[in-house]
Amino acid sequence: MKKNKLGLLTAFLLAFGVIFMAADHIEAPAVQGTSADITDFYAFEGDSDKIVFVANTQGLLSPAASPDASFDENVLTEFNIDTDGDAVEDLIIHAIPRDGVMYFFGPTAATGNTGLSGTVAANSDVTIVDITPYGSTANIGTNGDISVFAGPRDDPFFMDFARYGEIIGGMATAFNDPGADTFAGTNVMSIVIEVPKSMIGGTGNINTWVETKTR
Amino acid sequence: MKYIKILSLVFLAAFTLQNCSDDEDNTPTLPDFSGTFTTADQMGRPAINTVLVTDGRKDAFNTTVPSQQGAAFASDFATRLSTLSPTLATDDDRNLLGLNATEFGGVLATDVLTVSLDGTTTFFDGTNVLTGRNLSDDVITTELTLIFGGEDGSEIPTLSDDNVDANDKAFLTVFPYLAEPF
Repeated sequence: MKKNKLGLLTAFLLAFGVIFMAADHIEAPAVQGTSADITDFYAFEGDSDKIVFVANTQGLLSPAASPDASFDENVLTEFNIDTDGDAVEDLIIHAIPRDGVMYFFGPTAATGNTGLSGTVAANSDVTIVDITPYGSTANIGTNGDISVFAGPRDDPFFMDFARYGEIIGGMATAFNDPGADTFAGTNVMSIVIEVPKSMIGGTGNINTWVETKTR
Repeated sequence: MKYIKILSLVFLAAFTLQNCSDDEDNTPTLPDFSGTFTTADQMGRPAINTVLVTDGRKDAFNTTVPSQQGAAFASDFATRLSTLSPTLATDDDRNLLGLNATEFGGVLATDVLTVSLDGTTTFFDGTNVLTGRNLSDDVITTELTLIFGGEDGSEIPTLSDDNVDANDKAFLTVFPYLAEPF
């Protein structure tokens, strides 16, 4: 029975014929290879009363390419926070670079600024930080209990993407053990903000997602 | 004399207040961020668009608001899951969460990451499921297990774990948490 399943699986995978593009790296034609291409999104408890949001973009940067990597001043990164379970953002955090500085606005009400197009929430509280150059110690900006960072970092994502591609391509039927991390030694451009839970709903569950928006 | 003293105090107070007001006016002016920005890419849970959206619809998935993704993509996701994995081929086939392809596809189509503000935040730690995503969470093995592992998580073990369990650099215990670049 198991043998049958594996044979069936191989046939399925051959028919499937898709190339796997990792967490969200270069996953869609319109954004792959652009400064708006999100590679990953993380949200976790940092300090016990705070949540950390991480948006990584521009994946697979080699160490040689990393000193020249930069944030695009025409790309707005938007963290969306839904506090009532309807998958519509109630709060937003905006991050946008200008002249070597990353400006973070919010968390602030998403009222009038939900959906696929909008404007920078520049009327809300701002936290700023100098973008950390490659090779420098991390600059950390603070505003009350909010901390922010922007700059190149090691890509925290790990996966044997190459082997997955071989499996999907019908050239292999199983993962290797141990596997090889395809993202080892590569960097991303990271935007990180840590905010008090009290500013994003306090208790219960939130739904979150990240967008890059361009003008 | 006393009157003059009081008067000067009043002037001093007024001057001080004026100074305070001046300080507020002197906060740095923000750059001009005007303009309309339109969504290019979006992401909630890891690898959803990559794995479950068919080739012609990947840009559409990135530009459909999450509240409308379920209606637009749940059916596609169910088909994709049942096609991709023999362990989710029929309605009776369920994964470790007890979901069949239709139900699992329905959950995943709305691509938001649920985060607990009360308890442990993790993609999966053996106990808690989908309460956040840590840098160290082995999200790919979790997703492979939910797609290929069947009811008990072990039906096709050779496809349920990529055997890369951790990042190649240690994360920081303090902000900004991500490791320095290579």
